[in-house]
Amino acid sequence: MKISYNWIKEYLDLNVKPADLAEKIERTSVEVDSVTTPSDGLKKIVVGHVLSMVAHPDSDHLHICQVDVGEDDPLQIVCGAPNVAAGQNVIVALPGSRIADNVKIKKSKMRGVPSAGMICALQEIGFSEDVVPKKYVDGIYVLPADAKPGDAVYDYLGMNDSLIDLDVTPNRGDMLSLYGTLHDLAAIYDKPLKLDRPDVKETGTDIQDQLTVHVDDQLSSQYRMRLVKNVKLAPSPMWLQIRLWNAGLRPINNVVDITNYIMLKYGQPLHAFDYDKFAGEDVYVRTAKAGEKLTTLDENDHDLDETDIVIADEKAPIALAGVMGGLSTSIQDGTTTVAIESAVFEHDHIRKAAQRHNLHTDASQRFERGVNQAGVQEALDAAAQMMTELADGEVQVGTVVGSDNVPDPAVIDITLTHVNAILGTALTMDQVTHILESLGFTVAVSGDKLTVTVAVRRNDIHIPADLLEEIARIYGYDQLPATLPTGRMTMGTLTSKQRLMRATRHSLEGLGLNQAISYALTTEAKAQMFMMKASEPTHLAWPMTVDHAVLRMNVISGLLDDIAYNSARKVKDVALYEQGRVFYREDGNDRPSEEEHIAGAITGTLMPESWNQPAKAVDFYQMKGIVAAYLKDMAVNGDVTYVPNADMPEMHPGRTADILVHGHRIGFLGQIHPLVAKQFKIAATYVFELNLQAIIDMPKQENQYDVISRYPAITRDIAMLVDDDITNDQVVALIERRGGAFLQSVKLFDVYDGVKVPKGKKSLAYTLTYQDKHETLVDDAVTQAFDKVSKRLEDDLGAQIR
Amino acid sequence: MSLKDKLSELRQRGLADIKQSSDLKDVNQVRVQLLGKKGPITEVLRGMRDLDAEERPKVGAFANEIRDDLTNALTQRKEELERAVLNAQLAKETVDVTLPGTPVAKGEPHVIQQIVDQIEDLFLGMGYQVLSGPEVEEDKYNFEMMNLPKNHPARDMQDTFYITKEILMRTQTSPMQARTLEKHDFSQGPLKMISPGVVYRRDTDDPTHSHQFHQVEGLVIDKHITMADLKGTLQVLAHELFGDKFDVRLRPSYFPFTEPSVEADITCFNCGGKGCKVCKNTGWIEVLGAGMVHPNVLKMAGVDPDVYGGFAFGVGPDRFAMLKYGVDDIRNFYLNDVRFLTQFTKKG
Ligand SMILES: [Zn+2]
Repeated sequence: MKISYNWIKEYLDLNVKPADLAEKIERTSVEVDSVTTPSDGLKKIVVGHVLSMVAHPDSDHLHICQVDVGEDDPLQIVCGAPNVAAGQNVIVALPGSRIADNVKIKKSKMRGVPSAGMICALQEIGFSEDVVPKKYVDGIYVLPADAKPGDAVYDYLGMNDSLIDLDVTPNRGDMLSLYGTLHDLAAIYDKPLKLDRPDVKETGTDIQDQLTVHVDDQLSSQYRMRLVKNVKLAPSPMWLQIRLWNAGLRPINNVVDITNYIMLKYGQPLHAFDYDKFAGEDVYVRTAKAGEKLTTLDENDHDLDETDIVIADEKAPIALAGVMGGLSTSIQDGTTTVAIESAVFEHDHIRKAAQRHNLHTDASQRFERGVNQAGVQEALDAAAQMMTELADGEVQVGTVVGSDNVPDPAVIDITLTHVNAILGTALTMDQVTHILESLGFTVAVSGDKLTVTVAVRRNDIHIPADLLEEIARIYGYDQLPATLPTGRMTMGTLTSKQRLMRATRHSLEGLGLNQAISYALTTEAKAQMFMMKASEPTHLAWPMTVDHAVLRMNVISGLLDDIAYNSARKVKDVALYEQGRVFYREDGNDRPSEEEHIAGAITGTLMPESWNQPAKAVDFYQMKGIVAAYLKDMAVNGDVTYVPNADMPEMHPGRTADILVHGHRIGFLGQIHPLVAKQFKIAATYVFELNLQAIIDMPKQENQYDVISRYPAITRDIAMLVDDDITNDQVVALIERRGGAFLQSVKLFDVYDGVKVPKGKKSLAYTLTYQDKHETLVDDAVTQAFDKVSKRLEDDLGAQIR
Repeated sequence: MSLKDKLSELRQRGLADIKQSSDLKDVNQVRVQLLGKKGPITEVLRGMRDLDAEERPKVGAFANEIRDDLTNALTQRKEELERAVLNAQLAKETVDVTLPGTPVAKGEPHVIQQIVDQIEDLFLGMGYQVLSGPEVEEDKYNFEMMNLPKNHPARDMQDTFYITKEILMRTQTSPMQARTLEKHDFSQGPLKMISPGVVYRRDTDDPTHSHQFHQVEGLVIDKHITMADLKGTLQVLAHELFGDKFDVRLRPSYFPFTEPSVEADITCFNCGGKGCKVCKNTGWIEVLGAGMVHPNVLKMAGVDPDVYGGFAFGVGPDRFAMLKYGVDDIRNFYLNDVRFLTQFTKKG
């Protein structure tokens, strides 16, 4: 809500600049979106009096006006507005002026006729189209007859006021009004507040004889109406129009404007009905009936819901209560008798109705948050009084009351000790009492205890914690000391799981992969790629897009999206890892279980090409090296084995391995299937994905010290021809099993399957290292062991030792 | 010419020859010429036979002296020449030290991760536990136990990714706080925790909105926790993340799960508090929400609000990163352009 600085000053003697006031509000009450002065940025815009007007000889819509701008000679201005006429006072942008959006106005020629400036519409000097009176929306604005030519226009239009736009939190409905804001400011600045009270002059006959209301008080806890006869519809006086448009409301006519003005002032939405349009003299507040319809005054048709609260006459709904009135009973030319409604509607119904009909109005916004239930009659009286003053109306005697449940004010006990204990302050009883009283609460003190009776307008205050907030904010958060919690010591340590997750990230970064964080919500198809176990997908009920509709069951597909994003931007070398959750769901369960995974993806080269290092495209073995180094870093206790897997549909059938620890599958690695690469529009990419939770749960090797032997090691190399389908694992396993007591290690140093070996064979070469930890090995012992293992290789694997 | 004079002349000539030798081969030749069996010294010594017994030892000593001098000179010359050879060799080996070093593969942690780690380390140091809960949550923990009952106006169904009526993608990490509060044994000490993690909102992705982002929420519950403690804690956090020059101010706000509720601003990065476009001329930038835990939240978790109380706060690492580094599009964090990821290399 935009609140007027000038209006505030009418009630509070404040000696602060608008910007400072706004800052104070922001730091003490609610957020401030902006402080604006409508005349800011405008220059040389004055009142002009149109002395004469003739049609432009070469145009069918332009007029040539002679305009008195308070100088010796009138200005000649060419104007295209349809409503310009001699005798009007108008807004003139002089040559050299600045109008809205920093547009500069210069002398010019329009179709050959010199024009010294511009006659402006309100929109052209910065008014939003939404607030311009309908009459002037499509043309220039006409100023009052007493405006003085040559004067700056700003004061005539209220443009020198400063407008503070409050972003009111849901709990502070009271701040959606001048009076509510004044109450807060009076407390903040510790100033006395004198609010004016209405004084209604009633004439005519008793309203009870003319109108009866029937109210379901579950829907409307207070429902009041007054009747004003013989109103004369007219535009509102300028001061009232200014209040409205500065608050973002369009002036319409005096009767409607009064209801809006009262809403701004008191926070109480009112509605004005044309009483003569009622079918009968009875008005009902009820829920809508099935099939009922209503055309609201914005001329939209609504099918009403059975939970909508409506105001109805004998025949049909005439208003969507608390949201918007109906067209049929709205104030129109010819209206003479006005029924003013001032009421409280149940907020939940209003919120839902506003949502359902997509009608978020100033009224619904206030009813949703709650209005001042102690001020319903006052607002009604103030409106009636203004209708007498501004529309010559005759307020009929009395108010019809359909329901009248004014809540009791909240009474809250709190102790000074508690206040200081929670805020960390050393406030005195006087300070606390003063703050609460300045907010308009009453306080009774007994020893350490305060019994606080809360003003009804503050419907957000129910418990001691609510009072603490009032005390803290008015006292000032800046004045709170800054301390750290004391009390019993606690240990802050990461759990072993958290430590391993950090170590995982550090390890993979050390191995050259960048951490990615991709979207966990993906497409249905991608969610189900690279699955490590069977699972049902989990769908969002109302996704925003199909791209983010299903929870991922693998991490790799997100990394492939990332690679595709890079690739589309010509970044060809990408090495990423991601640590994150996958979501597995069993059929019949609503909720998936979450499993920590770690995945990596590399495309292009890992090591950047350099003047002394050629680019080497990533391959299976590079990715395997990374995975192996990572698993070694994690001290996984147990044999890690790699078993070919030709059955994963998204993976290259010949270049994929399952990763097993102790025979238990924890993940896989390999090249993605070329068709998958094509689908993602990316180049050859190698990936791995591991069940990180499994790694976390696995037993880990403890570090231990192994004596480094003082005795020399002896090495022997062995090269052999074996059939192509014999794997390195088979050879190494056999050597290790049959290598004898002194065999320390087996290292592959050459693989060859080129032209020099027979078809179907390959050559493998290993270095075997022997060592005795307790004495120097004798050559004979090594030779014996070596011959033995060579023989086994020949016998068991059909190797030809070379 | 006496033998002695011959020897002196020999030395003279020998030293000159040595000095003139220009490489190791030369040196060796000179050595053989001077000191060899057929060399002049040997020859001179042979002539000693003709001397009287008295002179002989003197000349012998002198001859030995000269032999030693020449030997030393030869050794010295040899070393000199060897050194020169080595120097020449080293000169040939000179590299261009300005050529780039051989690249090594090195990955970077994600910038959001760096901020989360930094926050975690800070609070670990202050005795907090780090607890991360499920990303798919129950409505009960995400909303109801946060004092947001089903019809609460602040709970906008539109903003939440529901899976079923009761199951949703968590919109905050505070459900983990509710879960922990429920279980915590206060006889064992206060509860001090932070819960970092990914959260989800039903938003259309644009430069300032992401349907997935991060949060770190903190909670401290004990017998004597004050709002001043909250202010002090937030100050420490701001100083850790941004630097000592940054000040914190609190403003009233509204969250259903805290009362009083505040929003915390820190000194504007861009202008240092003088006022600029980034901070809308206020000198302050809003960075987090916080407050004293609402008694209803404690009650619902089975904690007696008359005995225990404390504070909670929630920060957005994405927003921090955007502010700290001037990142202008939140989507950068989730699209993983390596040219973006590798910019954030300063750890700690
Ligand atoms: Zn700034």
